Amino acid sequence: MNAPQTGEFAHLGKSVVIKGELSGSEDLYVDGNVEGSIELRNHSLTVGPNGNVKADVSAKAVIIQGKLDGSVNASDRVELRKSAVVTGDVTTQRIAIEEGAFLKGKVDIQKDGGKAGSASS
Amino acid sequence: MTSVSDNVMRFFKSSSNQTAGPAVPQKLTRRSSGMGEISRLLNSSSENTLCVLDLGSTSPSNIRFFTGRGHKNYSEDLLRSALDPTLRIQDSAGNSVLDSKKFLEENLVYENAQFDIVLCWNLPDYMEESLVKPTIDRLWSVLKPGGLLLAFFHTRDAGPDSICYRYHVTATDMLEMQEVKFAPPGRPASDKRSPRLQRVFNNRHIENLFRDFASIKFFLARDAIREVLVVR
Repeated sequence: MNAPQTGEFAHLGKSVVIKGELSGSEDLYVDGNVEGSIELRNHSLTVGPNGNVKADVSAKAVIIQGKLDGSVNASDRVELRKSAVVTGDVTTQRIAIEEGAFLKGKVDIQKDGGKAGSASS
Repeated sequence: MTSVSDNVMRFFKSSSNQTAGPAVPQKLTRRSSGMGEISRLLNSSSENTLCVLDLGSTSPSNIRFFTGRGHKNYSEDLLRSALDPTLRIQDSAGNSVLDSKKFLEENLVYENAQFDIVLCWNLPDYMEESLVKPTIDRLWSVLKPGGLLLAFFHTRDAGPDSICYRYHVTATDMLEMQEVKFAPPGRPASDKRSPRLQRVFNNRHIENLFRDFASIKFFLARDAIREVLVVR
């Protein structure tokens, strides 16, 4: 998967290094290095194949192709693509994990309005 | 229901067709008495959330299985973690070994006694000697009293090239198996190899390994595997 082609999103290229708190109200694509925390309440975070994120992440949807070290809290869904390397606990309603993805941590599926959570591959 | 002979035939068929199509790891199946007991516990605990630690390669189907039943799932791929080159040290005889102290500072770090079930799979057979006992001791400390640990051990009939499998649970005592391959440190991602069987434990070794546990039960299978179900 490449960077999103449509819609409003912010793009951090692979040469970008950020340390600190990162928050916003648009979708974010990270292909560089981020260390600290990321909060995108009703928007999605995509960690590109070159992305290296050391941060606790909170977003509506989190799609990971690169490396993420930290807890992930997604109100809607988490997708781990085959190249994903994730170290940290994942809390979400739905999770999809491709064959080949690496996850070290807890998966906690939160139920929404009595509907059972599920994980899919 | 797939029999052992079906699995053998599928294995040879897949071996003879290696040049056709992409190399997609094929899933075989095996019946597991130990997993049967654990499945009954998982299926009967619909009201109680169990905490499960899966020590195999990340398995989407295992995560789906456990979380879909309302249980908590933790994943740690210890074989892959043990590939970290920074863990290598030299022992007093000058041999290269893995530093178990550092390994356990970076892995299996949990609050005491929180897991109801630990799925160890075939980990001890493929782990380097210096890590095996310290890892089992750590697993004892993170299991709840009465918690279950399932491990598989090869019997004497197994050769050093015995395939290392990862295991995917199903709702029954049937496990799906898939060959595990890693790219060694410093090698390109395409250069994946299967971990080598490090040794074959006999029953006495296994009993010593789990001597701190309350009970141990052996199941001998037809495929040169001994299953061990221990209770803390």
